[in-house]
Amino acid sequence: MSGLRVDDARVTYPGTPPVEAVRGVSFDVGPGEIVALLGPSGCGKSSLLSAVVGVTPLAGGTVAWDGEDLARVPVHRRGFGLVFQDGQLFPHLTVAANVAFGLEMAGVPRASREARVAELLAMVGLEELGGRAVTELSGGQRQRVALARSLAPRPRLLALDEPLSSLDADLRGRLAVDVRDLLRATGTTGLVVTHDPAEADVMADRVLRMEDGLLV
Amino acid sequence: MIPWPASARLWWVLAGIPLVFLGLFFLWPAGTVIVRGLFGEDGLGRGDLAGAIAVLSSERTLRAIGTTVVLALGGTAGSLALGIPAAWALSRYEWRGRRAVRALVTVPFVLPTIVVAAAFSALFSASGLLGFLGLDQSMAAIILALVFFNVSVVVRIVGGAWESLSPRLNDAARTLGASPARAFARVTLPALKPAIASSAAVVMLFCSTSFALVLVLGGSRIRTVETEIYVQVNQFLNLRAAAVLALVQVVFVGIALWVSARARSPRPPASVETMRRPGGRERLAVAAALAPTLVLLVLPALALIERSLRVVGGYGLDHYAALFGEPPLRSTLSAPVWEAMVTSLLTAAAATAIAGVVGIVTAQLVARRSRRASWLESLVMLPLGVSAVVVGLGVLLTLNRSVLGVDLRGSWWLVPIAQAVVALPLMVRALLPAARAIDPRLRAAAATLGASPWRVLWRVDAPLLRSAAGASVAFAFAIAMGEFGATAFVARPDVPTLPTAIARLLSRPGIENVGMAFAASVLLAAVTAAVMLASERLRTTVGAEI
Repeated sequence: MSGLRVDDARVTYPGTPPVEAVRGVSFDVGPGEIVALLGPSGCGKSSLLSAVVGVTPLAGGTVAWDGEDLARVPVHRRGFGLVFQDGQLFPHLTVAANVAFGLEMAGVPRASREARVAELLAMVGLEELGGRAVTELSGGQRQRVALARSLAPRPRLLALDEPLSSLDADLRGRLAVDVRDLLRATGTTGLVVTHDPAEADVMADRVLRMEDGLLV
Repeated sequence: MIPWPASARLWWVLAGIPLVFLGLFFLWPAGTVIVRGLFGEDGLGRGDLAGAIAVLSSERTLRAIGTTVVLALGGTAGSLALGIPAAWALSRYEWRGRRAVRALVTVPFVLPTIVVAAAFSALFSASGLLGFLGLDQSMAAIILALVFFNVSVVVRIVGGAWESLSPRLNDAARTLGASPARAFARVTLPALKPAIASSAAVVMLFCSTSFALVLVLGGSRIRTVETEIYVQVNQFLNLRAAAVLALVQVVFVGIALWVSARARSPRPPASVETMRRPGGRERLAVAAALAPTLVLLVLPALALIERSLRVVGGYGLDHYAALFGEPPLRSTLSAPVWEAMVTSLLTAAAATAIAGVVGIVTAQLVARRSRRASWLESLVMLPLGVSAVVVGLGVLLTLNRSVLGVDLRGSWWLVPIAQAVVALPLMVRALLPAARAIDPRLRAAAATLGASPWRVLWRVDAPLLRSAAGASVAFAFAIAMGEFGATAFVARPDVPTLPTAIARLLSRPGIENVGMAFAASVLLAAVTAAVMLASERLRTTVGAEI
C-alpha cells in the first residue's frame, strides 16, 4: 500500500466532558493525488489534518505512510509539510530565511539551499522579495511564502489547512489555481482542508465530505 | 498542539530548577518564620501559642498594626485622589507633552524605595525645602511619600482601562438625556470601577510593605509591622517577636492579594479613537488634574538634588567626592560608599544571574497553560505575596548555617540569593506575556519543516524571546540594585550594599553624613533609571504582531 493510509482516526480534546472532534475516520491518498476534506467549521476536519501531520495527538486509530505506522514517528521526522490558515511565518526571519528553514533542518549545504530558495520564490512569483521582512508582506504574499516554505524540503505529503480563507475572494480564486498547479508540477501528494466547495473542486482530484467528526 | 516539552518527565526535571531554588531559599525560610511565630523558638509545637498571643496583644504590636493600617489606607486614598484625575487627563486627551508627562509619572515606581525615602527626608527635614511645615517624622510625610510612589500604579491601571473605554458610551448616555456629570457617574465610573478597585488593592499591598519609607521617614516614633520586625531583630534580638509580627505581615499581604485577585476583571474591548485635543476650558481642567501629581513628583526630586549639592556655606560637589573617600568619622559605615556601590553591582549581577536562569526556565515551562503549569506559576509568584522583610528574616533565621554541605554562615551569597527571591516573581511576570505571545502553531510549523524539539527551542523560541528576556533581566537587575527590605536583614554590617549604606548614613546626624546619603541616592537613582530605560528599549514586540 503506497501513499497515505488513515484508519479509524480519532481526536479527542480534554475537558468535561471531553470533546470528540474526530470520531473514527478512514481514507487514503495515493502518491501524487490531491484530496480535499470539505465541511463546515467545527466538523473536525482541521483536527484530523493536525493529527495526520502529528501536531495533535491521535486518541485512536492509525496514520501510515507506504504501510509504515507513524504512531512513534515525531512530527519533524514524518516529512509532512503543513501550510497554516494564517501562514505562521517566522517573524524574526526574512522571506528567504523562512523558505530556507526546512532545508537547513535537513542539512542541505548553503549553496544548494540558496539555489532551491531562489527556485521556489520564482515558482510562487516572489523572486524579488527574498530579503524582505515577513511583516512587510501582504496577506496573499504571506500565503505564497508559506507555501514555498513548506514545499522547499520536498515533503512526501503537503497538508494545507484552509490555506486561502484569510484572503479576499478575488485573490482566493486565482491562488487556488496556482496552488493546484504547484502541487501538480512538483508531484506533491496533497491533503487540503477547506469549507469552500468551489475551492475544493478547483484544487483537489477527489473531495471527501466531513460532518460532525465523521466522513459522509 | 503538542506542548513543549513533550514529555512530562522532562517537564518535571526542568521544573526541579525553580522548585529546588524556591524550596531551599523561600519555602523553608518563610515556613520557618511562620512555624516559629506560632510555636516558639524550636518550632516543636509545645503549644506555645500563649507566647504568640502575648506578643500580639502587647501595646507596641497593636500600635504598629494600627499605624500600618492607617498608612495603607491614607496612601491608597491619596494615590486614588491624585491618580484618577491624572489618569483622565492622560488617557482622554491628546496634547503636546502628553507622552513626556506620562513617562514622568511612571518613573517613581521603578525608583528604589530608599531613594524615595531619602528624597522625602531631604524635602521635609528641618533644613529642607519644606522644612518649615514641620512634617519631619510625621504620618503626613510618609503618606505623601507613599502617594509619590504609588500614583503611577493608579495612572497605569485606571488610565489603561479609560483608554480602552469608548467615548461613544458616554455620548450615548448624553443623547439619552444625561448631563455630563450624570453620564460620568452612571456610565464611565461603573465601567472603570473594576480597574479602580484593582489598582486600590495593589496600592494597598505596596503601602503595607513599604519598609524603607517608614524606617527612614518615621524615625523612632512611627513604627509599622515591618519596621517593628526589623527593630525586634536588630535592637532587641527578639527573633520570636519578629516571627510573630512576620506572621501578621503575611496575613496583611494575604488580605491585600485576595482583594486584588477579586477585583480583577476582563478588560472592555479596546476602541480605536478615544483621544482628542482638549478645547479651551478643557485645557484648564487637564492642567488642574495633573498639577498636584506633578508638584508631588517634582518637588522631592529637586529637594534631593539640591541637598546633595548643599555644603557648608554654599553649593558644591563635595558630597559626591566624599563618596569616593574614606567614610566620615561620625558615621557607622565601615567602608567607603564607592565600595558599597561595587558590592551592590556585584550582588545585583549575581542575583540577576540566578533569577535569570530560574526565571527563563520557569516562564518557558508555564507559558503553555496546564494544571501543573498554573500550580508552578502560583508557587513562583508566592514571594510576591510575602513581603521582602519576611523573606529577609526567613533567610537570616534558616540559612545562617551550613546547607547541603555548603557553609552559608555570613556568606556573601545570602544577599544575592535573597534579592533573587524578591526579583524572581516580577521577572517571570515581565517575561510571561512574551512567552505566551508565541503562537504554538509557529512551533508546529518549525516541526513540520523538520526541526526537532530542541531546535525549535533554539531557532524559534530563543530569537522571539530574546528582547523580552533581555528586558526582564535588566528589570531584575534594577530591582536587585535597589532592593532594601530583604537585604537589610542579610547584608553583613561590614559589607553594606548601596541602599543599606544610604540608610545607615541617613540615620546619623550631621551635614556630611546626610549630604553623602543624598549624593549616593542620586547616584543609585541614576543607575536604576538607566537600567530601567535600557529595559524599556529592549521591550520590542516582535512576534506579537503576526
